[in-house]
Amino acid sequence: MIVSVRLFFGALADAGSFVLDRTYSSEAVGTRIRIERQSMTRAKPTEFDVAVIGGGLMGSAIAWGLAKVGQRVTVLDEGDVAFRASRGNFALIWVQSKGLGLAPYSAWTMRSSNAWAGFADALKEQMGIDVCFQRPGGFNLSLSERELENRRSLLQRIQDQPGMQRFDFEMLDPARVKQAIPQIGPEVVGASYSRYDGHCNSPRLFRALNAAMQQLGVAYLPEHRVDRIEYVAREFRLFSARGEIRASKIVLAAGIDNVRLGPMVGLDVPVRPQRGQLIVTERTAPFLNYVVQTVRQTDEGGLMFGDSQEETGADPSVTSPVISVLANRAVRMFPQVANLNIVRTWAALRVMTKDGFPIYDQSERCPGAFCASCHSGVTLAAAHALFLAPCIAAGDLPAAQFKPFSSRRFDVPALAA
Amino acid sequence: MFQRLQPEAANPTVTFTIDGKPVKARAGDTVAAAMLAAGLHYCRTTPVSGAPRAPYCMMGVCFDCLVTVDGIGNRQGCLVRVRDGMQVELQLGKRELGR
Repeated sequence: MIVSVRLFFGALADAGSFVLDRTYSSEAVGTRIRIERQSMTRAKPTEFDVAVIGGGLMGSAIAWGLAKVGQRVTVLDEGDVAFRASRGNFALIWVQSKGLGLAPYSAWTMRSSNAWAGFADALKEQMGIDVCFQRPGGFNLSLSERELENRRSLLQRIQDQPGMQRFDFEMLDPARVKQAIPQIGPEVVGASYSRYDGHCNSPRLFRALNAAMQQLGVAYLPEHRVDRIEYVAREFRLFSARGEIRASKIVLAAGIDNVRLGPMVGLDVPVRPQRGQLIVTERTAPFLNYVVQTVRQTDEGGLMFGDSQEETGADPSVTSPVISVLANRAVRMFPQVANLNIVRTWAALRVMTKDGFPIYDQSERCPGAFCASCHSGVTLAAAHALFLAPCIAAGDLPAAQFKPFSSRRFDVPALAA
Repeated sequence: MFQRLQPEAANPTVTFTIDGKPVKARAGDTVAAAMLAAGLHYCRTTPVSGAPRAPYCMMGVCFDCLVTVDGIGNRQGCLVRVRDGMQVELQLGKRELGR
């Protein structure tokens, strides 16, 4: 058992304050004492151009993008207790099947995918961290004729939408799939393929963004869960247990917590947690030269099997029935993986909107308040950093680009009686 | 490096191979113990950096005794008893699919 005691010395305001974080562990002989400098409890609240609430991939990408265009930024993050999709995702940068019902979402996804190489290069150049972006093309393997037909129909309907920026995809028979991926099993009846799909090392992406934004001067403040937001004289005041922060603009990037934070600044952000469970195997010699939508080989060799979509509320538990299905499907796709040792299973919570498309919005009641919610924080990281952040810095989300993503799309007028 | 505490123990001798080379061990030895007794300095190289590693905890926890046993990769040598005719290979780097 580990007991953590925090003592707060607010009197040392001039030099910043100190937190004594004393961890007592029944396993360890000694006691570790960590002293960290905190800068946010000075008498006068620190002021920023932008305060980003949420330090996951969404908030970090936006904060980095804002800092790159010269904004003074702080990121208020909840801490290790936060539900953190950024640490549990499947790390695909996926295009082929997105946007049925909202063509601009497909275009936004493609735009991010196209920008990803430059985004990854910029992080590598700045921090020396390789986030292992690759865009080898992606397969979705079908295990029955019905799955294959559903897949073909889905992708065709996406391309046939009005206003769609069409892109090519292919439906492949097993022989052609086998040419690309010789390890597929006899139960694979075909696949969809798009050359625009890719993946990365998302834990490294998370670390790179966190380091890169701080190197650009972003004040990253963990353990700063925002309790209350006030809008006074065109300025936002954010209150946490650690004190008050002031900023001219704010961005709600707090995942599921945007539901709670939105109404404080006149924004409606209807999102819910949707659970996804995953499996990772021991490191295996590289054999998979493409991305498969539910089977991915990481840059370091581990095979990841995903990913479920479960409406189980804010419960990040792993359940053996779901893990069994994931493993079973992976083995039917790649029979040889049956012998591999599984080293970890886990679950994470997607931030899911009612229609599955992102929400980007700005407040009419509190100008300068923005929100961003989506379940594709990896795929869209490049767009958030390079295209969304500059608009926030300029203080406006142009309607031509962002109106389709406003949460006002959910305000369906009541039918006349 | 390692010596048996009871050199005269009565257990029968078994013969297995390490990378094809015959090695003698005692019946009841684990693969990891037999490899240490045979004087090997490492039994695997790590999958990312390639650093050599030898059996460490000898009780199934550390996974530093990984070897390929009779064609199956990444077996924990400390949890497998050596048998007459067993074919053990050093686990060099990542396991291969199908092995």
